[in-house]
Amino acid sequence: MTSLPITLTINGHRHELEVDPRVTLLDLLRERLDLTGTKKGCDRGQCGACTVLVDGKRINSCLALAVSHDGANVLTIEGVARGEELHPVQAAFIAHDGFQCGFCTPGQIMSTLGLISEGQAGDDPERIREGLSGNICRCAAYGGIVEAVLEAQEQLAKSDRRTAA
Amino acid sequence: MRDFSYFRASSLDAARQAAALPGTMLLAGGTTLIDLAKCGVAEPDTLVDITHLKGLDRIDVNERGATIGALAKMGHIADHADIKSRFPAISEALWQAASAQIRNMATIGGNLMQRTRCPYFRGPANFSACNKREPGSGCSAIGGVTRGHAVLGTSEACIAMYPGDLATALVAFDATVHLGERKLLVDDFFLLPGSTPDREHAIEPGEMITSIEIPSSAAAHRSTYLKIRDRQSYEFAAASAAVGIEFEADGRTIRDLRVALGGVATKPWRARAVEEALKGKVLEPETVRAASRLAVEGAVDHGANHYKIELAPRVVARAILKLGETA
Ligand SMILES: Cc1cc2nc3c(=O)[nH]c(=O)nc-3n(C[C@H](O)[C@H](O)[C@H](O)COP(=O)(O)OP(=O)(O)OC[C@H]3O[C@@H](n4cnc5c(N)ncnc54)[C@H](O)[C@@H]3O)c2cc1C
Ligand code: SF4
Ligand code: FES
Ligand code: FES
Repeated sequence: MTSLPITLTINGHRHELEVDPRVTLLDLLRERLDLTGTKKGCDRGQCGACTVLVDGKRINSCLALAVSHDGANVLTIEGVARGEELHPVQAAFIAHDGFQCGFCTPGQIMSTLGLISEGQAGDDPERIREGLSGNICRCAAYGGIVEAVLEAQEQLAKSDRRTAA
Repeated sequence: MRDFSYFRASSLDAARQAAALPGTMLLAGGTTLIDLAKCGVAEPDTLVDITHLKGLDRIDVNERGATIGALAKMGHIADHADIKSRFPAISEALWQAASAQIRNMATIGGNLMQRTRCPYFRGPANFSACNKREPGSGCSAIGGVTRGHAVLGTSEACIAMYPGDLATALVAFDATVHLGERKLLVDDFFLLPGSTPDREHAIEPGEMITSIEIPSSAAAHRSTYLKIRDRQSYEFAAASAAVGIEFEADGRTIRDLRVALGGVATKPWRARAVEEALKGKVLEPETVRAASRLAVEGAVDHGANHYKIELAPRVVARAILKLGETA
């Protein structure tokens, strides 16, 4: 198949790439760009392990054709921390045991970032569960995940207030 | 996935012209199409990417109704303030569909066109018989595992359930699908399987959904979408109901009622018998429950899906009574 030229900005870096039109964003990240933090669970949109942010919105990268997202800005789990300093969402997942095996965790964290920026969940655990229902955890670490999201939201709101002051 | 070539449409006309060619399929959010390509069900020669077309994602709401462009995302519509306030059932149907990730990718054009979740249809590697996929090959579901299959609108050729939530709400409120100039009621857009289950929509090669229009009505304004599923979220409906109601000035007598069922039929299913039975009646739990049974008149089960015949009327009754409480 003829490859097609696309440009993607991934974690702040611009990439000019030639891709087979069948390649999903997920496979491009993992197999071409060695960004293996984004996981492949079901490969069918059913588990959320492959969640990344595209132009600020959470999506399942396993159902996204890379070529269709030409020009997009992609954030993966590798781009979330600032150097050695963890993002408050990452720190909260560790503090609250928001995982066991960790396979779903990059997707959970990216989905949480999306949820927080959508501003839908507030501090209501029920709405957090609903808002994150696209991320399945086979270890059922859901209790810790919800606690982590609650705490991360609180931390982020505090630092927002500090920046505003 | 089989090899295909990729064409990015730069205009509506270019998209329609390209899509008229055999073997060509439109690509919107890809959440049905890429999934089915991976399952080996969709085998396009060419994909025409319409996601870069401008202006097709608009949502306009005025007194007459709402017009929603085919490329508007499910999540965007669900969260639109005017849709929430004037068409609550539409917003609720979308909120309860799929996951936040999918709602950020999926468009309403693609949403209407989503295919059945029948596991035999989705599994060509293991099940060769499927009249929807391969006309004349038989139906693996009949006599197989049918828990998720339809009880209304079925035929001897196919009992596949239409799984979409949005279209169920659209059919309740007389929405139309715009295919460029041509307009069709959502009810007429979806076809019964009959002897040709491979043909699901009244859309011709070279046509494309450009927008959806939902007329305003008092019933749409006071409406809700109730979805019952095997798990609380991120699951297709076991049975669902889109209901809208308008009362007479007394606040108890039903002037207008809209009822549509999801999760139980081969297409979005308007339950007119329930509507007619209750119009002019005072809203009373017993009357509502009795009339709601008419929703499944003529239903046929295939064993494991029998529960839907019991469940659907209860979902309808609960949705109507819930709307009554907010009177
Ligand atoms: C895990 C999972 C769970 C889901 N759960 C639900 C649920 O609970 N409720 C629900 O309602 N849906 C659910 N869905 C289905 C989802 O809503 C649809 O996949 C989605 O809406 C399809 O939109 P899309 O833009 O991604 O379409 P695509 O996949 O891009 O296209 C789908 C089909 O429509 C055609 N098409 C696209 N746009 C047009 C157009 N403008 N005109 C004509 N044809 C067009 C394409 O050629 C293709 O055949 C779920 C999907 C997944 C994967
Ligand atoms: S129910 Fe319809 S889609 Fe499912 S196997 Fe039978 S013919 Fe195919
Ligand atoms: S790998 Fe994408 S949703 Fe499961
Ligand atoms: S931590 Fe193991 S799948 Fe979630």
